[in-house]
Amino acid sequence: MSTMVGTLFGAEFAYWQTSGFRLLMAFVAVLLPAGGTVYLYLFKMVSFMQSRLGPMEAGPYGTLQLVAELGKNVQKEDIIPAQADVFVFKAAPYVVLISTFLLVLVVPFGPDAVFADFDTGIFFALAVSSVSVIGILMAGWASASKYSLLGGLRAAGQLIAYELPLVLAVVGVVIQAGTLSVQGIVTSQAEGEIFGWGGVGNPFFLTQLVGFFIFMVAVQAELTQSPFDMPIAESELVAGYMTEYSGFRFLMFFIGEFATANIFAFLAASLFLGGWSLPPFVADALFADGNFSPWMNLVGPAVMGGKMLLLTFVIYWVRFTYPRFREDQLQSFAWKFLIPLALANIAVTGLLKVVF
Amino acid sequence: MPSADAEATEETPVDQARDSLLDALSAELGDALVASHRVPGRDLWIRLDTAAWGDAADYLRNRQRFRFFEWLSAIDWLPSPFGRSHGAVVDEVDTDDTGDGDDAEAAGPVTGANGFTGGDTRFQVFARVYSLTTGIGLTVKADLGDDLTVGTWTGSYPGADWHEREANEMFGITFAGHPGLRNLYLPTDFEGHPMRKDYPLMARLVKPWPGIVDVEPMPEAEEGEPTTGSPDPTAPPDVKGVGTEGPGGS
Amino acid sequence: MTDLADRRQMAYIAAQAADARVNVELEAEGMNLNIGPQHPATHGTLRIVVQLDGEQVIAADPMMGYMHRGYEKLSEVRTYPQVTTLINRIDWLGSFANEVPFILGAEQLMEIEAPPRARWIRTVLFELARIANLTLFLGDMGVQLGAVTPVFYAFRDREYIVNQIEAVTGGRFHPNFDRIGGLKDDLPAGWIADTKVALGEIRDFCDQMEDLLVGNEIFEARTRGIGVIPADVGLSYGLSGANIRGSGVDWDLRRDSPVGQGQGLAYNEVDWKVWTHPDGDSFARYWVRLQEVRESCRIVEQLLDGLPSGPIMAKVPRIIKVPAGEAYVATENPLGVMGYYIISQGGLEPFRVKIRSASFSNMSITPWLLKGAYVPDVITILASLYFILGDIDR
Repeated sequence: MSTMVGTLFGAEFAYWQTSGFRLLMAFVAVLLPAGGTVYLYLFKMVSFMQSRLGPMEAGPYGTLQLVAELGKNVQKEDIIPAQADVFVFKAAPYVVLISTFLLVLVVPFGPDAVFADFDTGIFFALAVSSVSVIGILMAGWASASKYSLLGGLRAAGQLIAYELPLVLAVVGVVIQAGTLSVQGIVTSQAEGEIFGWGGVGNPFFLTQLVGFFIFMVAVQAELTQSPFDMPIAESELVAGYMTEYSGFRFLMFFIGEFATANIFAFLAASLFLGGWSLPPFVADALFADGNFSPWMNLVGPAVMGGKMLLLTFVIYWVRFTYPRFREDQLQSFAWKFLIPLALANIAVTGLLKVVF
Repeated sequence: MPSADAEATEETPVDQARDSLLDALSAELGDALVASHRVPGRDLWIRLDTAAWGDAADYLRNRQRFRFFEWLSAIDWLPSPFGRSHGAVVDEVDTDDTGDGDDAEAAGPVTGANGFTGGDTRFQVFARVYSLTTGIGLTVKADLGDDLTVGTWTGSYPGADWHEREANEMFGITFAGHPGLRNLYLPTDFEGHPMRKDYPLMARLVKPWPGIVDVEPMPEAEEGEPTTGSPDPTAPPDVKGVGTEGPGGS
Repeated sequence: MTDLADRRQMAYIAAQAADARVNVELEAEGMNLNIGPQHPATHGTLRIVVQLDGEQVIAADPMMGYMHRGYEKLSEVRTYPQVTTLINRIDWLGSFANEVPFILGAEQLMEIEAPPRARWIRTVLFELARIANLTLFLGDMGVQLGAVTPVFYAFRDREYIVNQIEAVTGGRFHPNFDRIGGLKDDLPAGWIADTKVALGEIRDFCDQMEDLLVGNEIFEARTRGIGVIPADVGLSYGLSGANIRGSGVDWDLRRDSPVGQGQGLAYNEVDWKVWTHPDGDSFARYWVRLQEVRESCRIVEQLLDGLPSGPIMAKVPRIIKVPAGEAYVATENPLGVMGYYIISQGGLEPFRVKIRSASFSNMSITPWLLKGAYVPDVITILASLYFILGDIDR
């Protein structure tokens, strides 16, 4: 892996150089898509859906609005409630943001362009995604506000309920790919065949359509986005666990929320849509060694970006269309519908895996 | 349902309905019904004995089927000790062009009239209920003694809760048996009862209404020649021609 | 009379009293949650202290007064034409509808009747005010339930109606257009055709809301069976308008009062229907209002087609003095039954005005209704009861 850059440009780099590069790239991989989708979807697409223009003043078509937002939030006073648990209150946004950064580690962007290719990559991803719950609980509890507390507790209940379908939905993919490594899952899709025809590989959303559906629903809930946005529920709880946050700390929650949306979209793309790989017939035409050409390390991120945009579009579309569930309705939806469905999916997948 | 007789809202049938209602009420209530007033085809007022006020709600709701509770409030019949804010000057300018011939009465303080059903006390409590079956509304009044206490209606009409709280804070009337006679609008430690006539409207006293500062005889008052059809023959009279713009005139 | 120094002193005391403590905390078990006075769901400054067990409401106590403006007191020092300026601000989304019952009450006392054309245009504007008010509700209900998009459509399409109201009255929010004896002005040229276009937009909006919300499973799950009001309970609390029609009571003052039937408003001239829904839950209230907006479009269209010609003002004295007497006129306003009890002693200004506003009575059921509801349902119920804060506090 340390030759990731070297292979491409024919030069060797020291360990600290590649590490620094990875660190830089991690920020790019988290913040660039977050900024891009927030502008593209949250500011613009949603505005057009809602028959308004969105930001138009900062930069051409409001492209610099994010910079303006950043400036606004940074210069705001960092208000900490008098009765808050100050250390926990301050730490909470970092915990949420750290889980976002940990999550991106296992996402492969090319045959070599991956931050860390664990053998148990997807397991790691699903584990660290739960860390944000701790951050949210911390925020809710430490704010010393009833709204925050209700929001934090709702978030905890909801995220735990939706971890399970999320994990179970992935199990089908894991069974089919035969590996827990995200890179391995992408590879097996790129090399896969549909009844002997390998022209488009075998993206798992074809065989795991149910799993894909459950995964996306669970992601929506995991992100606390409408129709599962009870922890924030601005018409009930003002802003849920974020109520007491202002300025930069609020911005960190904000970044965490939207960056996580992108990274879950990256993950979903890797698990179900073939990840960074091009359809083999395209890749074979472009590069001598197909999907495993070093050039895919440059093309791959773009492919991932495209798939991520597609999935994020769906996430935002749903978010701004549906009303929200009630907390108990959400729980019964998770436990009575999604989890049995996911279990059935696993059973069928396992059966077919044995049969074929 | 009232939809059936909605077409037939001529005066006679409705009036008959009100007459028979009034007969029934006076038969049932007996001496408790002190006075009544009718405007044929339009409305009906009754005044009850103070002691009968509380029980009347149950009777009206359950026996006479006045199911819909509209409101409950109070009246302070005291003529305002602060004078009439639209000053006597305008009253003087206005000759009897309205044809109603009550100028003399209107200029001076009106005392002792106490409205349609009469009454002897300064404060009256009044409420209105409505019957969906007959489509008749009934205004019920009662005099209030010096203790300003009257029975509550909340037992029969739970909606009277807030109305009685409002009347309590605004007029200082006590409703015996009300479950929680706290202030509704005003702060808990507010002193005074703002809707009483002797409670000063401070904004008016500190800064008199601009419309009455420099009242002159209106230069273009053509003694009651109203024009019709033209855009605004009846713009607010007190600001027009006076030369000062009142904040309420826009 | 007090002298000036005393007056200032009294003003100071009054201001001190107003600034004084406004907090009242309930003392009880469980967690007290202040919904409001600054809260997204109270669209205004309503404050409801709910006592929670977990997320379930044990007791709810609404506290008003954050916006009390004392219109009943202020009306006593204003002439009749000036009062309409105040009462415009009671239900600020359907302002014109506030003026109508007051003006009709004053007309009743003066025994003036507005000419037919004025009555028809009044009815048209009354219904436009209803549409302007209720369209916002139709979108806002979505926001309260978490769907943020419908309210933007509501604002977009409400604009067509507000523009039409502005074209006639010059005021978008507060027309102040109704006069004793008629109207301030006639309709501008080309207005009727424009209004019909606007009504088309509103119809499209209603269809859109039907697709977006009424047909949505989550919306149904959130509103069906939530906040059920039995008809009899609702009536004794004084609920009116769509809130009581949503409980199956077939009662609408536009149809069932002489004022609606020709003595002031011209609903007897058109063919329309009162919508009811038997369920009495939040969904029923939403549904009834949706149908009412459609029905209002029908009413306005028919009225515009048959608009009579003639003057728009009756013969009215130059200085309006109302003969001594008492009158109560109530009309079916967008939020419910709104009435003014006017006591005149023959002067330029009313002696006493009792304002019966719909939201005040509609909200008085909340302590009863919210008991046992969950916090999200509190918001649903508040949204579906549909109050305007100015209409509660007056």
